[in-house]
Amino acid sequence: MSNNTLYVPTMAELMASGKTPEVLFWVGCAGSFDDRAKKITKAFVKILNNANINFAVLGTEESCTGDPAKRAGNEFLFQMQAMTNIEVLNAYEVKKVVTTCPHCFNTLKNEYPSLGGNYEVVHHTQFLNDLLKEGKLTVEGGTYKGKKITFHDPCYLGRANNVYEAPRLLIQKLEAELIEMKNCKQKGLCCGAGGSQMFKESEKGTKDINVERTEQALETKPEIIAAGCPFCNTMLTDGVKAKEKEDTVKVYDIAELISNANNL
Amino acid sequence: MDHLIDNILFAIVLFAGVSFFILNVKKLVRNIKLGKSVNRYDNSKARWKNMALIALGQQKMVRRPVAGILHIFVYVGFIIINIEVLEIIIDGLFNTHRVFSFLGTLYNFLIGSFEILAFLVIVAVVVFWIRRNIVRLQRFWKPEMKGWPKNDGNIILYFEMVLMTLFLTMNAADYAIQHGHFTENHHYAIAGAFPISSYISNLFSTMNYGSLVIIERVCWWLHIVGILVFLNYLYYSKHLHILLAFPNTYFANLEPKGKFTNVEAVTNEVKLMMDPDADPFATSEDEGEPEKFGASDVTDLNWVQLLNSYTCTECGRCTSECPANQTGKALSPRKIMMDTRDRLEEVGNSINKNNGEFVDDGKTLLNDYISKEEIWACTSCNACVEACPVNIDPLSIITEMRRYLVMEESAAPTELNNMMTNIENNGAPWPYNQMDRLNWKEEA
Ligand code: SF4
Ligand code: SF4
Repeated sequence: MSNNTLYVPTMAELMASGKTPEVLFWVGCAGSFDDRAKKITKAFVKILNNANINFAVLGTEESCTGDPAKRAGNEFLFQMQAMTNIEVLNAYEVKKVVTTCPHCFNTLKNEYPSLGGNYEVVHHTQFLNDLLKEGKLTVEGGTYKGKKITFHDPCYLGRANNVYEAPRLLIQKLEAELIEMKNCKQKGLCCGAGGSQMFKESEKGTKDINVERTEQALETKPEIIAAGCPFCNTMLTDGVKAKEKEDTVKVYDIAELISNANNL
Repeated sequence: MDHLIDNILFAIVLFAGVSFFILNVKKLVRNIKLGKSVNRYDNSKARWKNMALIALGQQKMVRRPVAGILHIFVYVGFIIINIEVLEIIIDGLFNTHRVFSFLGTLYNFLIGSFEILAFLVIVAVVVFWIRRNIVRLQRFWKPEMKGWPKNDGNIILYFEMVLMTLFLTMNAADYAIQHGHFTENHHYAIAGAFPISSYISNLFSTMNYGSLVIIERVCWWLHIVGILVFLNYLYYSKHLHILLAFPNTYFANLEPKGKFTNVEAVTNEVKLMMDPDADPFATSEDEGEPEKFGASDVTDLNWVQLLNSYTCTECGRCTSECPANQTGKALSPRKIMMDTRDRLEEVGNSINKNNGEFVDDGKTLLNDYISKEEIWACTSCNACVEACPVNIDPLSIITEMRRYLVMEESAAPTELNNMMTNIENNGAPWPYNQMDRLNWKEEA
């Protein structure tokens, strides 16, 4: 894999030079700070750079969308975050946002409009499909040809927003063998991270949700478990470790698969 | 003349059954109206469509094909056979017999199809009973299904079995009379087709006219009285869904499932906090009491959530898809709905007893029915909402209770408080500095 330096302009920089990007890449907290998720962020940026997409990030002007606060019930904190972000986004006259995090995606798309933030918001798997259609991106099958890949539907992409096909179309482009879990799409089991569970110990029970979901994924005998959410990614990676399968089964974000396949 | 007594008796029974039912419906509507307002009157086209597909068309039931198809038998059977009830009522009031028989072939077709449906209902109900009691499907044996909910489920099945058997036996006796060449018969003309009950009528082949009439009359009376009892049983039962599934799917949320409501009262306050020029009196002027955030009791929920609770048929599809429940946590979305209904009934009963005023009983839905442990176990994954065959939304109730716990009581679990402090101070749920947000760009 080549290790080109990433080109990541900020909104502030572009504005200073009088330019406006086509799309804002909303990195999200996990994508900015979590070591595993940062790899997804970089993989996605590599694809954007390679396709010469005119994008920008907010950088230090980005702040949590407020999703974890809202799911925890703290509407005050959520709306404070939302309105602060909306001020920044509106000041830059942002029209379109792409994000690698389904939680950011859901919040920006559904919960910001009534607070004054109206943007076209897409998940990175949708965005990559659009690039394919426009001919700005081609995906090389090679690396993953014939590999068994199962896809875990993130709740906030699937059930919450009815996006089921975009990630699957990309996996098919890799010429991989997509094997569905018994519980997929509308019936996909949560990884266990949603609703702010990521940030707390789980309640008393008989099992961890991520282990249950990982077992369902392992039933398909995959070589790769594909995810489309940094939180699912963490939960499933931990689940694979708990099942001591980390040597044979890898957990990757779709963006990483594409960036790997294209040797970026 | 004795016919007249029959007719009057029937009119009284009918009147009593229907009046009691109307009283219960009034109570139901009043209780649902205890909920807060929420606008679900928009986009009526999409709402009618939902109702047609999901309630009438049973769209979400067939996702589990076995239960789904059997349920369609029972459902279609019940709806169609109720056309027969119309005839029964007219016959009962005016001393006619099979008043619609002038429809001729159409009538034969109708009665014939009622019989086949009645038979299918019996088959389905038997299979349902076996699934509940012999196969013991897991979702019918969760902790919240002890006592009344468990009995309720079985009572409904017995009721349906008995009603259908009475219907078929009545027809069998009628058939035997029609074809028995009894000289004394002036009342029972040849009418109807009896594809199922003609077999049963073989049992009656040796009986005389008098006995057959008694069997026919007894079944007729028990059948219609049974239906009236069943009608009034609904209010106390999960079987209420046969009526409420329609309004419930009509008024269900049409927004994407991930979209949680933005609390308006909060928006006003946050705007004030963020805008130094805002007029502090502009919004708070006419408000006497400050608004309570979230929900700790049924009256804090909105009326659609309360309607949801009465509609819940306790099938447990939500619970069996719930990740928390599957991994042994205390949370069960079905229990959230059942608790809401039980508490709402309790509040309603207090209003009945105290001349239309609710007298505080020191209890609340949260804590006395639903524990914090349940509330905090939810991953907000929407599996319950997706699974519910009548579009009930348990997650919205859980969210309102979290709002109450966090905004009114500051009672979030410690780790969540840490997470929220981090967001407040650093703009991220972890203790990283916002100024470091772009550092990943430089890291190899
Ligand atoms: S949203 Fe909550 S209650 Fe509903 S299925 Fe998911 S975890 Fe269970
Ligand atoms: S909420 Fe819906 S799915 Fe759950 S038990 Fe009630 S009717 Fe069944």
